[in-house]
Amino acid sequence: MQSESLPLIFLNAALVNNFVLAMFLGICPFLGVSAKKETAWNMGLATLFVMLVSSASAYGINWLLTTLELEFLRLICYIAVIASAVQLVEMFIKKTSPALFRSLGIFLPLITTNCAVLGLALFQTSKEYDLVQSLVYALGVGAGFMLALMLMAGLREKLALARVPSVSQGAALSLMLAGLLSLAFMGFAGLGGGHG
Amino acid sequence: MAELPNTQETLTADTFIRGLWEENPVFVMLLGMCPVLAVSNSTLNALSMGLASTFVLVGSGALVSLLRNWIPKQVRIASYIVIIATFVTVVDYGIQAISLELYAALGAFIQLIVVNCIILGRAEAYASKQRLLPTIVNSLGTGLGFTLALLSLGTVRELLGNGSILGIPLFSDNFQGWVIMILPPGGFFVLGAWLLFFNWLRLRKERQATEQAGVTANAV
Repeated sequence: MQSESLPLIFLNAALVNNFVLAMFLGICPFLGVSAKKETAWNMGLATLFVMLVSSASAYGINWLLTTLELEFLRLICYIAVIASAVQLVEMFIKKTSPALFRSLGIFLPLITTNCAVLGLALFQTSKEYDLVQSLVYALGVGAGFMLALMLMAGLREKLALARVPSVSQGAALSLMLAGLLSLAFMGFAGLGGGHG
Repeated sequence: MAELPNTQETLTADTFIRGLWEENPVFVMLLGMCPVLAVSNSTLNALSMGLASTFVLVGSGALVSLLRNWIPKQVRIASYIVIIATFVTVVDYGIQAISLELYAALGAFIQLIVVNCIILGRAEAYASKQRLLPTIVNSLGTGLGFTLALLSLGTVRELLGNGSILGIPLFSDNFQGWVIMILPPGGFFVLGAWLLFFNWLRLRKERQATEQAGVTANAV
């Protein structure tokens, strides 16, 4: 059992070890849906919700598998839970806001293969967080993901108006931008409890 | 999808080369970026990650191809994920048995092979429609293409950041490592630079093609 305080867990997950910019998890949606701020915000919210659901379920599953001594099934169970959580969010959004459903497009079902979600479940297991810590961790990771996505979307909205050499259009420029953001986030390294 | 026998591909060299070069999963299709950026901080990590992914790709591709007539269409994605997760568990325990040091260096990214979009993408787009042999060859090509991309990042980052390749120092002791290259931002920068390079090559080729066309048009 870890004894880290909850605010520290949150800050650590959101800023210091930001999943996108420091640990390279969830790069696909980060590059894919960061063209507009509004879509980015909604995508961030959907991902945050999936993270919370799968974090709580992963905690339960891990407890069950450890009691039954079936740890080798962990990965398969986690991914099944995440897939169901995504399905849930998808049905919910389709019902409440068809317009949002269309704008998120293929990236909504692809939250299943967002490595940030599975990574979250795996990290909280290896860090031995209890249920409350796990949920705070999920909240922090989700907030960090949203932060990175929004920063990138804001920058790319400005960039769309800029004139850049034709050779650097598209993914190459986005990656350079992400590198600069990541460089800035390294400045948070002194803030939390170091690596972990 | 067995009701579409006319889309069956015959086995050619192209089946292999396509995944390796023309449809390179990382540089052309921009898939599977997370492991590419995260574990390419040294050549050894990059190589082992590439080979582990290739194993999962070939294994799950073969199984999906063999079971393609039995998996109902509605639950295919879930079935593919379970098949992939099985192979990843095998790799996970395998690496743990072979080298604990490597296991620690790659960390959670071995288990995260499950969510590598390249593997699911291949299963859905290729293995579920094709016979066993072309699938294995195509998966092998894609896997090696992925390994190639990982290596091209890993070597550059290790060389610039550490002055070594595969742990063997290439420069004299006076070499001051460019530390940022083995840290997270370096991954973004080096991949961005490679994409710039490929863009430049592509644009140059297009320009030459149009110039050529212009010359022939003038000659006529």
